[in-house]
Amino acid sequence: MARPGRRRQPMGARLAAAPWKCAWWGANGARPGRGRRFISCQGRRRSRPPVPLAILPSLLRVPPCSMAGLGGGPAAFGRCTHAVVRALPESLCRQALRSAAGPEVDFARAEREHQLYVGVLRGKLGLQVLELPADESLPDCVFVEDVAVVCEETALLTRPGAPSRRKEVESMKRVLESLNLNIVEMVDENATLDGGDVLFTGREFFVGLSRRTNQRGAEILADTFKDYAVSTVPVHDSLHLKSFCSMAGPNLIAIGSSEAAQKALKTMQQMSDHRYDKLTVPDDAAANCIYLNIPSKGHVLLHRAPEEYPESAKVFEKLKDHMLIPIANTELEKVDGSLTCCSVLINKTPEL
Amino acid sequence: MTTEVGSETEVKKDSDQLGPDKAKDKPEEASETPENQKSKETLSEEVKDSSSIPAPTSQSSPGSQKKEKTSPESKGISRFLPPWLKKQKSYTLAEPKDETKKRTTGEQTAEEGECQTPEGVSQPKKSLEVLAAESQQNAKADDKEENHSVSSAETQPAKEDGKETKVEQVAEEKEEKPEGKEKKETKEVQTAETKPENIPQKSPKKIKTVQCKVMLLDGTEYSCDLEKRAKGQVLFDKVCEHLNLLEKDYFGLLFYENSEQKNWLDSSKEIKRQIRGLPWIFTFNVKFYPPDPSQLIEDITRYFLCLQLRQDIASGRLPCSFVTHTLLGSYTLQAELGDHDPEEHRSDYISEFQFAPNQTQEMEEKVAELHKTHRGLTPAQADSQFLENAKRLSMYGVDLHHAKDSEGVDIMLGVCANGLLIYKDRLRINRFAWPKILKISYKRSNFYIKVRPAETEQFESTIGFKLPNHRAAKRLWKVCVEHHTFFRLVSPEQPPKAKFLTLGSKFRYSGRTQAQTRQASNLIDRPAPYFERTSSKRVSRSLDGAPMGISDPSLLRDFHATGVQAAGDKGIDSEAAGQAKLNEGGEDGSPVKTPQLELTQDGKSNSLRVDGENIYVRHSNLMLEDLDKTQDDLLKHQASISELKRNFMESTPEPRPNEWEKRRITPLSLQTQGRHASRAEGPCTGVSDADKSSHETLDIVEEKKQAEVGIEEIILIDETNKGKMQIATEAGETCKVEHLSKKDSSSLPSDSSSSSSSSESEDEEVGEYQPHHRAIEEVIREEQEEEEDMKRKEHEEKTQHVEATPESSKLNVPVEHTQVTAEDLVQENAVTIATEEKILSEEIKQDLGEEKEEEQLRLNGDVSHVDIDVAPQIICCSEPPVVKTEMVTISDATQRTEISTKEVPIVQTETKTITYESPQFDGSAGGNAGVLLSAQTITSESISTTTTTHITKMVKGGVSETRIEKRIVITGDADIDHDEALAQAIKEAKEQHPDMSVTRVVVHKETELAEEDEE
Repeated sequence: MARPGRRRQPMGARLAAAPWKCAWWGANGARPGRGRRFISCQGRRRSRPPVPLAILPSLLRVPPCSMAGLGGGPAAFGRCTHAVVRALPESLCRQALRSAAGPEVDFARAEREHQLYVGVLRGKLGLQVLELPADESLPDCVFVEDVAVVCEETALLTRPGAPSRRKEVESMKRVLESLNLNIVEMVDENATLDGGDVLFTGREFFVGLSRRTNQRGAEILADTFKDYAVSTVPVHDSLHLKSFCSMAGPNLIAIGSSEAAQKALKTMQQMSDHRYDKLTVPDDAAANCIYLNIPSKGHVLLHRAPEEYPESAKVFEKLKDHMLIPIANTELEKVDGSLTCCSVLINKTPEL
Repeated sequence: MTTEVGSETEVKKDSDQLGPDKAKDKPEEASETPENQKSKETLSEEVKDSSSIPAPTSQSSPGSQKKEKTSPESKGISRFLPPWLKKQKSYTLAEPKDETKKRTTGEQTAEEGECQTPEGVSQPKKSLEVLAAESQQNAKADDKEENHSVSSAETQPAKEDGKETKVEQVAEEKEEKPEGKEKKETKEVQTAETKPENIPQKSPKKIKTVQCKVMLLDGTEYSCDLEKRAKGQVLFDKVCEHLNLLEKDYFGLLFYENSEQKNWLDSSKEIKRQIRGLPWIFTFNVKFYPPDPSQLIEDITRYFLCLQLRQDIASGRLPCSFVTHTLLGSYTLQAELGDHDPEEHRSDYISEFQFAPNQTQEMEEKVAELHKTHRGLTPAQADSQFLENAKRLSMYGVDLHHAKDSEGVDIMLGVCANGLLIYKDRLRINRFAWPKILKISYKRSNFYIKVRPAETEQFESTIGFKLPNHRAAKRLWKVCVEHHTFFRLVSPEQPPKAKFLTLGSKFRYSGRTQAQTRQASNLIDRPAPYFERTSSKRVSRSLDGAPMGISDPSLLRDFHATGVQAAGDKGIDSEAAGQAKLNEGGEDGSPVKTPQLELTQDGKSNSLRVDGENIYVRHSNLMLEDLDKTQDDLLKHQASISELKRNFMESTPEPRPNEWEKRRITPLSLQTQGRHASRAEGPCTGVSDADKSSHETLDIVEEKKQAEVGIEEIILIDETNKGKMQIATEAGETCKVEHLSKKDSSSLPSDSSSSSSSSESEDEEVGEYQPHHRAIEEVIREEQEEEEDMKRKEHEEKTQHVEATPESSKLNVPVEHTQVTAEDLVQENAVTIATEEKILSEEIKQDLGEEKEEEQLRLNGDVSHVDIDVAPQIICCSEPPVVKTEMVTISDATQRTEISTKEVPIVQTETKTITYESPQFDGSAGGNAGVLLSAQTITSESISTTTTTHITKMVKGGVSETRIEKRIVITGDADIDHDEALAQAIKEAKEQHPDMSVTRVVVHKETELAEEDEE
């Protein structure tokens, strides 16, 4: 496992522009962040800058000919400048929701793994990582993905299916507001939605209807992201839709081999006007990976480590165009955590 | 137009002749004083315009202007029109009244050029295109002369009338053009019919004209006079000409029954009959949203598309996010206002525009900001950018219809370029791509689609939706037919010929398909037409396209008058724009009627519905619920094969004498034919690996049909049985269907009576449409799910069983049988071992239900097949002697086989079994063992093909049933195209036994997998 050289960046001024906008960076491997500083909100709450709530379309700076709305089209899929993560509380070990009883979480190890994860995002990939502090009263708070769905400049704060998690939304809201995202809150008492059930492919949304997410929640998501088709996918045997699938590339869906996963994939294929490629991996859990499009590095894929899922890792290794970063997630997996669960990825375009 | 269809031929002719002339005439026009001359000229010009492709644009605009001019002038003259001009045979009775009315009212009566008809009839028809082309090339002088002569001949009657005729003539000519090419054949037929009418028409009659109003996309209104019996095409062409639009196939005219229900005007039918008493007010709209607007040839076309989308967006029909609203709005500004000018464009210049259903200050600010960034974009570029963004919206080009599913849950059906989308609230809950849809039909207020079986399913299923009423169902059906044809086919399908006992609408889309229009558009050779982008300000547009009624006739007249003036010197657009506001205020809100009609029909259909029709509507979600049964996994779905299956299952062989015995199955032919014979099935991507060997078994049971029934079956699917499907197909349901059809026919009169005495075919209760997948079409197919699968397939071995059973017993085949068979496990284990290049396969087949019969076939001494066939269901067991194989589904074949074959290093084999059975598969096979009359096995060996035929005859209840089971084993290396072979086999089977029907096809295939498989 590649260990990022430095995991903590000194606090510093926020970059004015997304690093990838700068054309002068070397294409291969030159670290984009060298000499630059990244913000870290770790352990402290950043006061919200008094910027007017402005929502700007992406692409403003792009010359007209290449201008494309709707997130800039498939080419821009996976672009990311910021990541929101949250530290894990010790209460996670005993109190976190879990679908099946099993060995207790080794907190120290879980924390190490998580730090590694954050380190990759920040150090290796040069994202601006906003790290929220843990809240002991919210044992599941590390799984930030479930409380917010961010697409382009709009963020939907969800109403998590598990009542014990609803408070997690508050601090997420603050941090997203600080990014000047257009924020939509799910206030409907009848709606539930976990971000883990939302798969955004760059062209459309699939929303898993699971124990945590209901039809109403999906409707609100559809209302929030009106540009995109939102299709529902029944999810029965697993916690979330993304428990067995995720995007592994701009047009590539990583999917587990289980029957349920394959069935869901078929549903998605049927519902979609687009043709997706699929990357089938033997292990459902390994199908949850994180795809990023980092300008200086191209396709980047964070996937589960070979030690955990050797067969699946082999499949990922066949992706020639991707920069592969294996990441272990053994501890959080015990409480149904997956790679995507632990971060909310945001692509902030520079403002006018 | 008076002449309608009949005149078409004439018109064509005229246009041909005139078209060329016109160019010349034009210059002359000014000088020429005689009215008829003038009219001629204008006509000719217009003709040219409409034919447009060759004609220089410069001419066109003057032509249109002229036309405008003339039409108003004609007003006064119309009174003097001699009645004989109008003479339509059919009209004769009504005519006198009309005429008097006309005169009294003093309305403009633009007469049709009846005068043309005589000539037209006499002259040989030529296609417009040809003529146009010729005319261009020809010396103009000659044309001129011709023209004059022609014109004189034509106009003789018209002279007296004056100019009035011109307008109509032009319209007619236009009409001809577009249709002429594509629809020639059909039209000809029609013309032939109508001709007789035309000739008598000469007798003097007055033609009644009606004033039409068309709401254009820029919010202006266009009005014109139409002959009362004019077809939709006439009006549409007029409008397009007015708009100077050549790529018009994407557009259409709408009329509203009420604010909710919009109907597309069928261009091939009379307007009057379609609108049925509604005011002659139409809306010009985009009908087919091009998926890629950048492929449109002309900016003006894109401009109209933009206008439509702006309407769609502002009215909320096309939802988009805040960001998109602002972005699109900014492009609109750029296109309509040009670069942002800080001087001119102050703070609130934007609020005059409407970008979104509910526009906020914040949004306007953002739009303004973005507008600044577009500096330098030309209007055309801005439009293009607008479209590039708009086309990605998920609801772009989706035509929504309210419906309910089986549980009464409100859903929306969206018809789009790719297929049919099902929405519940905002969420997409299902989607049926066109390739997946085998048939679209409606009956009463129900709308059905028959879909190809999913991979895990064995049979086609039909899904039903309940629409608010019969007309809504029909409307949806028509839209589907049109969209499918437009986007999926290369050329429109011919409407089905009337069959004995046929009910149901024969409606087919008759316009050009997208492929055709693109082709035609490529020929457009005119300088980019000038047009003015009218501002899409709030004030000046009716956003919702709400139906408008003619509130005040005088308004119309005013409009007309002003129109004349404007036409004289201004461009068309500006003219229209100038008048836009005239009518808006008064008409916007005025309600349009005819809910009555709807209601009565509704009630009727409900009552009718009771009569024993079981229609189970299946919940749309069900499609997604796989049948998780293990046996289902064994049954593979294969696109091309299912298509074949569909073909043979749905086609009703004509009853013929029992000849099958004469034509013994000749294996040789199979061999030979198997190789070529490219058929309509899916693209057969060649063999990917040379190592592969596969093996397919076909069971084809042919069944004799008693009679042919025009209506096809309605398939009923009971929702409660999920996993099990009850399917009844034609043969099985023959009786029932007949039943239904009788009822229908009896019920029809009452139904139609409620609507109107002049019920055309439109009124029919039932409509069916089977998307025809032709060979050509396959080229277009974008994302056939099947494609992927096909790649890996080839078969070297094929076994085909043809079972024939004489008609008789089949009629009331209970659905249960089908069910049973569906559940039956069709299992076949066959092993193919390839040692080096030889294939050793063994198969055992036994027919338990009938006499057992076993054969061993040897191929090259190395291959032996034994199949065990158990009665209706085939259960083939085989023990893999050497290689362990698994039954795998196609989709994950590679995976599983990979695993299973790990232990066996030698070869990987893929085994597939596909079974298709006609539902009417009769129980007798299972129950009563028949008497084997003859069992003949013809085995021919070639390198690769073995055909085995069993013929069994059974006597059951006095009826003898003959069953032919044919097995074809094809063995070989990669060369065999299994789809082709299968198609061939089926075709052959059908040919050999035309009086029988194929009831079952089992494809069993073994393939050696290449070592490395993709994925």
